[in-house]
Amino acid sequence: MSFMPVMLWSDALVFLLLAAGTASALYVRQREHLMLPWQRVAQSATAMVSLLVLSLFLLIGLLDTLHYRIALPEKNGGETVYSPEVLSVFDKLVTPLRTQTEKTYSAPLAVTLYAKESISDAHGNIAREYPRLRYGGAHLTDMQLQDSDVCWRWVTGMLAGMLVGLLITLGSKRWLAQRGWPLRPLLIATLIISALIGMTINLAVVYHVLGTDKVGQDVLYLSLKSIRTGLIIGTVTTLVTLPLALLLGIAAGYLRGWVDDVIQYIYTVLSSIPSVLLIAAAVLMMQVTIDTHPQWFDNSASRADLRLVFLCLILGVTSWTGLCRLLRGETLKLREMEYIQAAQSFGVSSLRILTRHIMPNVMHIVLISLVMDFSGLVLAEAVLSYVGVGVDPSMISFGTMINAARMEMGREPMVWWALASAFGFMLVLVLAANLFADAVRDAFDPRLNRTEAVA
Amino acid sequence: MADILRVSGLITQLRNGARIVDNISFSIQNGETYALLGESGCGKSMTALSLLRLLPDGVMHAGGTAQLEGVELFGLREREMRTVRGGTAAMIFQEPGLSLNPVMTVGEQIAEVLELHQGMQGKASQQRCVELLDQVGIPDAARRVTEYPMQLSGGMKQRVMIAMALAGQPKLLVADEPTTALDVTTQAQVLRLLRDTQSGSGMSLLLITHDLGVVAEMAHQAGVMYAGQIVEQASRAQLLSQPLHPYTQKLFAALPSAARIGQPLAAIPGSVPPLGSITQGCRFTARCDKAWSLCSEQTPQWTVVAEGQGVRCHLYEGQDARGKRQGMEAKVQEYHVASKSDLNFEPGSPLLQVSDLRVHFPIRKGILQHVVGQVKAVDGVSLQIPQGSTLALVGESGCGKTTLGKALLRLIPPTAGSVQFTGRELVGANIREQHAAMQMVFQDPYASLNPKMRVAEILEEGMAALNIESNSAARQAHIDILLDQVGLTRNSKWRYPHEFSGGQRQRIAIARALAVSPQLLICDEPTSALDVSVQAQILNLLKKLQQELNLSYLFITHNLAVVEYLAHEVCVMYLGRIVERGTAEEVLRSPKHPYTQALLSAVPRIDGQGVERIRLEGDLPSPANPPPGCHFAPRCSHAMEQCRAAYPPAMTYSVTHRVHCFLN
Amino acid sequence: MIAYIIRRLLYAVPILIGVNLLTFALFFVVNTPDDMARMQLGIKRVTPEAIEKWKQQRGYDKPLFRNGAANGTDKFRDTIFWQKSASMFVLDFGYSDDGRSIGHEIATRMGPSLAIALPTFLVGLVVYVSFALLMTLFRATALDMAGVALCVLLMSVSGLFYIIGGQFVVSKLWHLVPISGYSGGIGSFKFVVLPIVIGVIGSVGSSSRWYRTIFLEEIGKDYVRTARAKGLSELRVLFRHVLKNAMIPILTGVVVVIPLLFMGSLLTESFFGIPGLGSYTIDAINAQDFSVVRAMVFLGSLLYIVGLILTDISYTMVDPRVRLQ
Repeated sequence: MSFMPVMLWSDALVFLLLAAGTASALYVRQREHLMLPWQRVAQSATAMVSLLVLSLFLLIGLLDTLHYRIALPEKNGGETVYSPEVLSVFDKLVTPLRTQTEKTYSAPLAVTLYAKESISDAHGNIAREYPRLRYGGAHLTDMQLQDSDVCWRWVTGMLAGMLVGLLITLGSKRWLAQRGWPLRPLLIATLIISALIGMTINLAVVYHVLGTDKVGQDVLYLSLKSIRTGLIIGTVTTLVTLPLALLLGIAAGYLRGWVDDVIQYIYTVLSSIPSVLLIAAAVLMMQVTIDTHPQWFDNSASRADLRLVFLCLILGVTSWTGLCRLLRGETLKLREMEYIQAAQSFGVSSLRILTRHIMPNVMHIVLISLVMDFSGLVLAEAVLSYVGVGVDPSMISFGTMINAARMEMGREPMVWWALASAFGFMLVLVLAANLFADAVRDAFDPRLNRTEAVA
Repeated sequence: MADILRVSGLITQLRNGARIVDNISFSIQNGETYALLGESGCGKSMTALSLLRLLPDGVMHAGGTAQLEGVELFGLREREMRTVRGGTAAMIFQEPGLSLNPVMTVGEQIAEVLELHQGMQGKASQQRCVELLDQVGIPDAARRVTEYPMQLSGGMKQRVMIAMALAGQPKLLVADEPTTALDVTTQAQVLRLLRDTQSGSGMSLLLITHDLGVVAEMAHQAGVMYAGQIVEQASRAQLLSQPLHPYTQKLFAALPSAARIGQPLAAIPGSVPPLGSITQGCRFTARCDKAWSLCSEQTPQWTVVAEGQGVRCHLYEGQDARGKRQGMEAKVQEYHVASKSDLNFEPGSPLLQVSDLRVHFPIRKGILQHVVGQVKAVDGVSLQIPQGSTLALVGESGCGKTTLGKALLRLIPPTAGSVQFTGRELVGANIREQHAAMQMVFQDPYASLNPKMRVAEILEEGMAALNIESNSAARQAHIDILLDQVGLTRNSKWRYPHEFSGGQRQRIAIARALAVSPQLLICDEPTSALDVSVQAQILNLLKKLQQELNLSYLFITHNLAVVEYLAHEVCVMYLGRIVERGTAEEVLRSPKHPYTQALLSAVPRIDGQGVERIRLEGDLPSPANPPPGCHFAPRCSHAMEQCRAAYPPAMTYSVTHRVHCFLN
Repeated sequence: MIAYIIRRLLYAVPILIGVNLLTFALFFVVNTPDDMARMQLGIKRVTPEAIEKWKQQRGYDKPLFRNGAANGTDKFRDTIFWQKSASMFVLDFGYSDDGRSIGHEIATRMGPSLAIALPTFLVGLVVYVSFALLMTLFRATALDMAGVALCVLLMSVSGLFYIIGGQFVVSKLWHLVPISGYSGGIGSFKFVVLPIVIGVIGSVGSSSRWYRTIFLEEIGKDYVRTARAKGLSELRVLFRHVLKNAMIPILTGVVVVIPLLFMGSLLTESFFGIPGLGSYTIDAINAQDFSVVRAMVFLGSLLYIVGLILTDISYTMVDPRVRLQ
């Protein structure tokens, strides 16, 4: 075999989440009353457009989650030796972006480096000028042609993208219309997105669309790779929060007594420590553990990955208390509902009441809080990485990008593109998530659906 | 007499165009009371809110005019309208507990009106606040003025609302279900206050209510609303003696009373159609037994049948209205024929025997939350229910009747006493038997069914928990039978509760209780959340089930009319204790305890000529701190020295009739 | 009511003990002091002697809970737990790795932290509540929709962007205020104004939206309808009735953070070079100075609990239902 699939811890957790998500989607599909709020979500134009954007991000993140190591050409006693470098399917797809690194900074779409260097020409004369890039615009014989070439590629890329977009929209039009989904906004969004993608691809094959960073890596590549980190922080964390908050919250609310006292005590203690400090303390200790046990990791990728998983774990442990308190309060209200008393009067066991009566009736709160938390976690990653208690410095993420780029703030003229693209990508992701979360909340929150019961 | 308010062609609709109030016209004369009568969801509250332009977001005025003292309300600017609100026209609402601002004192809230509409401030305003509270019968008004709403009882809060409305010296008072949230004795107090105020100040009253009794007691004129329209308009006398519209007739016929014992109530099938769902034809067609093809094709026109009486029904259109009406009268008469069934009920062997049951809740206080006292919610109650009979437990809210019901099912653990079921002691015994023997039907059909479970799952739950019908085919068959029994179609078992109306939900709740074949059903106010027409359906069903299955009922209620219709025996509860018990005939026809007498006389009667009113002062004392001696003594007009000294022993009037009172 | 407050105070004690135990476990049980020494010294210089010296310098050379070698009460007092953890109850935070008294650092750094955090908090409160009231007043109109859209947009932007962007535009492009730095007294104004403005803008989106939700919830209640039925103007309904009732949920979120203002803000202080507790914490994290981080964790939770008690007290001031129980 020329490659060996690698399953990192975070990959496994992502697949677990994916399986759980698919299973619950299938479960919901069969139940009309559970579908009802989702149909309301599907009616909302902003929600569906956000979902479209989110699914693109998700696609990139998933492709970036399928990891493998390639076989090296040399063999060690008949056994295939695999490269220590862990790659993903996404890396493979954008190989040129990954491998075509320049010497150092270059501006977006530039053909030369950002700073003058001393170059000796054929005659041994030393001149200070902007050296040409190794890859960016290398096909141009004359630098003067750059502007027209960029424009041409821009226009053709956009048109090609729109053409593809048009084909997609025409193909899916009937399918969308049948479901009563918002047709026009979705089609327009598809057109715009495919135009953007077409444009980017057409330019990216010969230019660094968003420039390069200090070590000459393509910023577009870094931004795209950061998506996976952000998504994992935003989703895997819920694997910790969800069971803790759900089980403890409804148990405390329903069983009352000493169970309630203990659970309340635990979450008051946890939430009384300011969360950034608690995270910082926990990450520092994790750092010590990782550093003193280098033998646990066979390569740097798995070390960085484990740190990411631990970060999710720590974020989860520090952030379940809010949801837990919410669920406890709701359960306290529910346990006084007459249908719970009816079940009690049949002698139905507490466990069954918790799973059959209470859990289904608090799930909307869980769902709303999960989608609302997602964007907060993505933003938190950047801050934590900046503070130094986030992901491993070798892991590509929005936080590490910002942190690295910030060092160049003082430079004249300023290197702005790495910061701008990190913030830009993060804004699109978080904005889409926020808009989608809003639509989900509007559709699921019974208090907001009162207009139907007016008069 | 001049009209104070003249409404014509009023239309109010949702943003999507569904009409909540559809082309309503009426007028109110100076100093008179106009009652708008209708079931929930018929648009009567929205009519009132439209008039004061207080519609909630998403609902808007879409046509029609309303002249208050000749001023066109819908032509006013918002700023001018504000001088009308609280000034010329004031309004009071259904839930006094929610309608007052919880963080402002009573005085502050009244003073706002005085400042705005009377220009009063400072001392004068404070003086006036006290006067107003005094006027609405709040004792110790000078102190109350500085209190917060939470410190007042429900009846007091409604009095404060009325005082606040009176502060602007309105010409018209709009009262939206002012007594629905109150107990029957408090309701009597508030209605009387409204009447007295009206006769004192000469203001007009637009009274919105669902209660025929309140209409009979209060109204000069009445309009009956159905699905957004006024279907009949008449003076009180006309409405009570000869209701014309089939819907009005049915409403009267659906009222339970002793006169109808032994015969099913004339329930109106189905329920009120959703807003805006019917645009063509008469909106009552689907539920009307006199409907013919024309009714669903053509919207009936307003027809004036007699002086002051009009109706929106094809029956009275065009043809000789008088002749038609005669026919109707004969029909109406039918409903008043009472077939007296035997109220003298022979008690059989007791199925349930409760003796000296107590449920106390500790009151905790202080730093260490130690127990400083007990709320004696149920304080030594004994009762027995024979097989196949109904015991009604009557009392006002807070008297402990629901706690008693839940204690029997052990949903609340009893503190002391014994509960014997078919001779076996249940307190402290294996609970499993008890679950199958007794079941409960709850008050609120919207809260008593899990919205996330199918009807079949709801019905199956009890069987599964108690291992009844172990195989699933047998269970499904049982579910089908249950649905038949409660009058629902069999395919409804695959549906979810939100697809059913209130009455249908209550049927499901009854079926759930019946699923484990109990011998005793504890019905906790099963109809108080339902409209009169639907209430009749449920009462009929309960009666039918009792005959078919030889069930016993413990019927917990505050509604004495229902008691008359359904109960064999009655226990009257006051502050955790039973003060009077006996057969329905004995308790309702010759009540001996002054509290029972007051309770009975407080019920508004549709015949208009009620018994001599016994006014009950004050409110129910707190069960945490009951008055010494007879609990009722502080409110009793017959109270004597000994009443305050000791709790009266049982006085026996007959084998079945016993009363805890020193009077005899 | 006094009993109520005393009960709340008593309730705080076990919470603080819990926090203390938790941080102790986190810092000394997850990793032994040996591990920490190894990491601090770096792989190259690790020798058993170096580790012992490192531990001795910092007082980590004692048993965790019980010192068998000592006599009497010293059995328990001459331990890491007693000296490093339990001593925090009397606000004795010990010394940082560079040998300075942490307590002294905290005392001197609170001032600069407050100079940023308090104005940010107060100005923020006024701005957010006013913006939310404005949206509530124009609810369900295009203005409200635009306001909500703006809020969602603002809350989708990373907090780092506001700081970096603000510094770039205001300080670097316009040269209005220095990029960073701090001086005591009145001269500090030019240093604090930008952090304060950025701090306010940074959470305008989420906060205003939260207040708007609270106001909308209140405005749907029955007593508001009563107030309108009295003939009160919409503004008066909003300010006299709605605002007063909305204070109750608002206080829950607001009062609890007041004591935490002393802790300053990690990001703002480190970006703007404010010598406050926030930058102190960040420096400690970067230098992996565990004593300081532990002290800040304990201080933070102490202040949080003070905040909880203040919240309870403030309830009794705005809500007669709590006061009268």
